[in-house]
Amino acid sequence: MVLAVVLLGGLFALPNIFDQDPSMEISAQRDAVIDQTTESRVQQALEKVGVRVKGIGQKQNGKLLVRFSSSEDQLKAIDLVAAELGENYTPALTLSPDLPDWLVGLGAEPMYLGLDLRGGIHVLIDVDMDAAIEQAAERYSGDIRTLLREKKLRYTRISREQDQVVVKFNNAEKRDQASDLIGNEFRSLNLESSDEADAFLVTVSLSPAEKQEVQRFALQQNITTLRNRVNALGIAEPLIQQQGVRRIVVQLPGAQDPAKLKEILGATATLEYRLADTEHSVEDAVNGRVPPGSNLYHERDGQPVLLKKRVIVTGNQIVDASSGLDQQTGQPAVFVSLDGVGAKRMRRMTNENVGKPMAVVFIENRTTTRMVDGKPVKVKKRVEEVISIATIREPFGRRFQTTGLDTTEEARDLALLLRAGALAAPIEIVEERTIGPSLGQDSIDQGFKSVVIGLVLVMIFMAVYYRVFGLVADMALVMNLVLIVAILSMLQATLTLPGIAGIVLTVGMAVDANVLIFQRIREELANGNSPQSSIQAGYEKAFSTIIDANITTLIAAVVLFSFGTGPIKGFAVTLAIGICTSMFTAIIGTRAVINLIYGRKRVKALAI
Amino acid sequence: MQILKDVHLDLMGKRSIALVFSAVLLLIAVGSIIARGLNLGIDFTGGTLVEVGYPQAVELPVVREALAKDGFDDAVIQHFGTSKDVLVRLAPREDIESAVLSDRAFSAMQGIDPQVDLRRVEFVGPQVGDELTEDGGLAMLYALIGILIYVGLRFEYRFAVGSVIALVHDVLITIGFFALFQVEFDLPVLAAVLAVIGYSLNDTIVVYDRIRENFRKIRKGDAVDVINTSVNQTLSRTLITSGTTLLVLVALFLFGGEIIHGFALALIVGVVIGTYSSIYVASSSVIFMGVSRADLMPVKKEDGTVDDMP
Repeated sequence: MVLAVVLLGGLFALPNIFDQDPSMEISAQRDAVIDQTTESRVQQALEKVGVRVKGIGQKQNGKLLVRFSSSEDQLKAIDLVAAELGENYTPALTLSPDLPDWLVGLGAEPMYLGLDLRGGIHVLIDVDMDAAIEQAAERYSGDIRTLLREKKLRYTRISREQDQVVVKFNNAEKRDQASDLIGNEFRSLNLESSDEADAFLVTVSLSPAEKQEVQRFALQQNITTLRNRVNALGIAEPLIQQQGVRRIVVQLPGAQDPAKLKEILGATATLEYRLADTEHSVEDAVNGRVPPGSNLYHERDGQPVLLKKRVIVTGNQIVDASSGLDQQTGQPAVFVSLDGVGAKRMRRMTNENVGKPMAVVFIENRTTTRMVDGKPVKVKKRVEEVISIATIREPFGRRFQTTGLDTTEEARDLALLLRAGALAAPIEIVEERTIGPSLGQDSIDQGFKSVVIGLVLVMIFMAVYYRVFGLVADMALVMNLVLIVAILSMLQATLTLPGIAGIVLTVGMAVDANVLIFQRIREELANGNSPQSSIQAGYEKAFSTIIDANITTLIAAVVLFSFGTGPIKGFAVTLAIGICTSMFTAIIGTRAVINLIYGRKRVKALAI
Repeated sequence: MQILKDVHLDLMGKRSIALVFSAVLLLIAVGSIIARGLNLGIDFTGGTLVEVGYPQAVELPVVREALAKDGFDDAVIQHFGTSKDVLVRLAPREDIESAVLSDRAFSAMQGIDPQVDLRRVEFVGPQVGDELTEDGGLAMLYALIGILIYVGLRFEYRFAVGSVIALVHDVLITIGFFALFQVEFDLPVLAAVLAVIGYSLNDTIVVYDRIRENFRKIRKGDAVDVINTSVNQTLSRTLITSGTTLLVLVALFLFGGEIIHGFALALIVGVVIGTYSSIYVASSSVIFMGVSRADLMPVKKEDGTVDDMP
């Protein structure tokens, strides 16, 4: 059995000694496909300029993998391929192990290196849930306004106060009617009636269940959006994951430009389509007399514009957006598709308002944390800008285009942000860890060096101190290392720098079990017992001690794992795996070898 | 080869000296923690840290000037490992978003030499830092409670209390060391402190195991004698295991790279203290609590290998 475990362990640890090729993964976007033609196109394009391709082939997931012999070739190739294949294909840099086919067939893979070892960017993003709920309340206030108008129930005022909507009436009867109506229409809302001096109020708030749903949705939508945006960056194995109830982790192995990532992640852009207010004077509004029902905005060149408060369509009703050229004018344009609700509203509005101007407001949310009197204070900045005012030429619904963008580049940027789907709630980066590739490689080298040096020192000590038994313990130690590597490879657990430290620590502690056993054997021998029975007794008596000692360490490892983030988890994982494997190798493994050496014959003395 | 053969040191007889020694260490540790505080890393305080590597050795004043020109007057700048590598700590700024602070600083440093290599950026928002501090404290607490329960079940409550006293002793002194010498205390160091808990306990359990066994085996002598014998019997193992662990930790400290320094240092301090405490603190606290043979006898463990499997 011991032999079987060792062989299996060796087999799965094997992929780690093969080199990793710098390579490129090409994936198809939208309806583009990767086939034989794509493959030959890439190959020819690269050969034309003399970039040597080490290997090319389609992976099981449909992506095209191109291997190179140097990372210089790899970097050169990515630009070439991007130019050759065009926008519908995304090439991404990656590393792939150069494994023989039979190992690949077995499903054996090398250890998965953490970002701190392979280099890359890790960011933790916080979703502003208060804002998400306020947005939901804002949406409801619009819906309630529409509902009351349709049913001809006159109200004096509808306003949103934080996460509540307050509707004012001038008599109690109307108020009660409205309350019933709203209650029937929106079952997920909590209603509360109250009286003020001369007004009758209904206070509408979201039920806890609805709030939870809004938050869940905000998080989910953000994850989807981030995934889309990140995919556009061309990173081979991006990880985008929920952490807790309001945080999102984004990990981009191999990415090297945190500034670019933050530009993409940090700005949350959305669009609002609003009708321009042509009935009132803009000048009056600039002088402070903004008519109720309208807001004052500015165009990019600073020109003031008066727009109706009512939003026709918001960014999260946008399904898709792409950039291109307007067929008639040749100007850069963004083509937008709306979802069902958005299309319906757009159709109704444009129907009634042909010939009137409609504006697109581009809204960017930025959140900064500043220190005020030693305490972090969040400052939210909302930048609103009218990016285009266009006359509604004809009624439209699901699909339409927006022009008025200065360059094709700007159109593309906007389309990218829009396509990603406007975000439901503002986000803020609360943690970033970027590791450059050179530091990662240094860490691997230094980690490897310290493992080897530590291992050799311990092995020498054991061999000198316990002679034959020490050599057996040394074998167990090496086997233990192989098993740790094998298990890490099999689980595809992430190996981090603290993880390597965990392995080093395990090397030091793994011999503990053997030290316990050997000390016991020595004691038994000193008490005048025969070699065979001393071995027997030594293993038996040390057993419970070893179990107790290791379980307590395991408790610490489990606690570490459950509270820790990234790198600390890596340490806990290797520590826990190391404890388990070391118990196996140090007790069962050494016993088997010792029996092999001393088992059959009558021995006079033990080399211990 | 044997280093310690048949030692019969009167270790427990000196327990009052050990008590004073421990008390002094603890006083210094707690005193440093209170008086000087921990030099917390940005993992806990929040902040921004940028590490860059220049192709050639670079003078710190040059870097300082380049950063000051771009408004980073209060940046803390130091060499990291070699004279080519520079580590910069940035304070939050009014006019720049925290998340893009590092990008600005990096471009400022690119001004000195465009070939500069961005090695590492760490930015931790203040709220994340606070959460980590809280989680770290909780983790330590959970680990201690888990261990208390396990040892209580496997041995006896006084042993559980004794082991926890030893653990608190080790953790406090290790953290005190970091406070006294103002070595940076970051997330890996916290992990190391938790690992110290595991390690120190490992040592303590081995000694306790022997005490339990000897209470049942040795019929003569009082509790102090029995405990003394047990500590003596396990002494050689305790020292060897600590020795091998220290060997690899020193290797890690010397060759593992700058990032892992604090981690290795915490473990080295922890292992040394843990070794001492498993000999003195854990055993003597059991004596102080007045454990006797009778306390361990009713638990019929003598025949039970079955019982030994938890």
